[in-house]
Amino acid sequence: MFYGVIYRLNRPDSVPARAYWANALQEQETLVSHADDGHEGTRRDFLYYVAGGTGAVTAGAAVWPLVNQMNPSADVKALSSIRVDISGLEPGSQLTVKWLGKPVFIRRRTAEEIEKANAVPLADLQDQDARNANIAEGSDATDANRSLDEAGEWLVQMGVCTHLGCVPLGDAGEFDGWFCPCHGSHYDTAGRIRKGPAPENLHIPPAVFDGTDLVLG
Amino acid sequence: MAGIPHDHYEPKTAAEGWLHKRLPIVGLMYDTLMIPTPKNLNWMWIWGIILTFCLVLQIATGIVLAMHYTPHVDLAFASIEHIMRDVNGGQMIRYAHMNGASLFFVAVYAHIFRGLYYGSYKEPREITWIVGILIFVLMMGTAFMGYVLPWGQMSFWGATVITGLFGAIPFIGEPIQTWLLGGPAVDNATLNRFFSLHYLLPFVIAALVAIHIWAFHTTGNNNPTGVEVRRTSKEDAAKDTVPFWPYYVIKDLFALAVILAVFFAIVGFMPNYLGHPDNYIEANTLATPAHIVPEWYFLPFYAILRAFTADVWVVIIAETLTGGIIDAKFFGVLAMFGAIAVMALAPWLDTSSVRSGKYRPQFKWWFWLLVVDFFVLMWLGAMPAEEPYATFSLIASAYWFGYFLVILPLLGVTEKPLPQPETIEADFDEHYPPKADSASGAAAPAE
Repeated sequence: MFYGVIYRLNRPDSVPARAYWANALQEQETLVSHADDGHEGTRRDFLYYVAGGTGAVTAGAAVWPLVNQMNPSADVKALSSIRVDISGLEPGSQLTVKWLGKPVFIRRRTAEEIEKANAVPLADLQDQDARNANIAEGSDATDANRSLDEAGEWLVQMGVCTHLGCVPLGDAGEFDGWFCPCHGSHYDTAGRIRKGPAPENLHIPPAVFDGTDLVLG
Repeated sequence: MAGIPHDHYEPKTAAEGWLHKRLPIVGLMYDTLMIPTPKNLNWMWIWGIILTFCLVLQIATGIVLAMHYTPHVDLAFASIEHIMRDVNGGQMIRYAHMNGASLFFVAVYAHIFRGLYYGSYKEPREITWIVGILIFVLMMGTAFMGYVLPWGQMSFWGATVITGLFGAIPFIGEPIQTWLLGGPAVDNATLNRFFSLHYLLPFVIAALVAIHIWAFHTTGNNNPTGVEVRRTSKEDAAKDTVPFWPYYVIKDLFALAVILAVFFAIVGFMPNYLGHPDNYIEANTLATPAHIVPEWYFLPFYAILRAFTADVWVVIIAETLTGGIIDAKFFGVLAMFGAIAVMALAPWLDTSSVRSGKYRPQFKWWFWLLVVDFFVLMWLGAMPAEEPYATFSLIASAYWFGYFLVILPLLGVTEKPLPQPETIEADFDEHYPPKADSASGAAAPAE
């Protein structure tokens, strides 16, 4: 390849291009065909590999920052943890906050809602995984595993339908929990999928109580 | 430049010669414009010019819209309203840009189906076809990102659903989705990069259009008979062709005028007919619109995406065979991209040696069924994802794949084609018998 450039530059005007190229290619073959005929690697081969390798690494190093700049920036990452005051929340009411650009439902459930969720046998659930980031992965989707506190009053979950990411409506649907208007997924009072196309229960984000505050993330 | 023999540019003056020796640009333009074009092209051969016009229209209106638009989540929606209310003529420019996208897709679908019917994808025009499909894919990406820019409810939720598709890729899906969005959800970083790419991609498309034209100027145009222009001599070639200028330029400009009359009637009197009212509500990350629908031109592929739910047997088999790596969501994504990929492979899937559908009695029926299927899919994509639409979507999607993967390969074997004309000239003379006074063969242009 490099030869081609050099030859092109050196071609005297008097020599016709076709003849010149035929000659050039032949010469080039005799010069660089060591690798093909089972020769040991020569110093020239080594130089080719080093030059080519250096070029590839340099190109990669130059491209990576251009790719990586699209990953979340520092200010976006800095918002990965937020603090919510939940002292004003009465039983039966719900607070929606924005965390990582997505809605989080914080619900203080009534005794009736807890009872209703507890009454459902595990076998009736479409998704039997708790989907709770605060406990061991793969835990059963019992109501105790879904709620955040001992009494089971607090249910904190992502307001993101596990089907295609719409925001479900509260106090709605056939199971009195949440209902996604986009494609008709019904969630129960513990945010578990009971009917419709959504594959998973509403996800529970990492959350801990700190006094009257709830810390997400 | 073209493989069809014809007269090339010869510099006439010393000045022209001087330039031609240094930069043969006039020659390039001359040969491009004077390219011998089959003289029997029908009205389905106008879409190329319409598409070129659309690209120019979108770039021109887009560049001026960018002078007034602000790609920030707090300001984007307001800046669109600013364009609509305050910028001089802004409303007209934005409506032309919005509906220009629709015209672009009307034309590209007509152009693609033209190619499918007349076998324009077949040897030796495979590269033209593949580059065309690439342009189509880039058009879809550009249109999708453009639709996000006004930052309305449909912009935001459409972006959420569509970028969510990348999250369905096994193992690496979530990092890819985060990388595309620049954060955990569609937000300012997403809007900014979509604006940047929406500005960039049309120029990539323009470059590919040049390659597309270069490719079919090398092979020569296809034509309704699918019979190649004779290359035996300049005289023979001239009997099958007319120069692009002035014949086809005038014809295409007439077609463009008719189409633009309709286009500007829509832009002027019903500019929001093809849009969605929800997009005039500013994006709200905490509330989803009741019914998320993509723009009309995405509906057929959206229907294919949604058709493959977890209870469909092919999905169950795929899920079992891959140990759950390919689930229903990912299967849908594969099906959607696959629907475009099978189109790209048409040159190798079609085994018939006859190029034009005109001479393929069985093919015709299957082809027109594909056209119907396309419109059925478009209708289904706009319907809610429930019965009976779900079953219909599945049947219509199955036919789309069946046409390319089963019918095209089999037809070449089972079908008995009709006789084709010897030459383009013979076909042309059959429809327009040469007048007695010009029997010498050289067709005189009408005054």
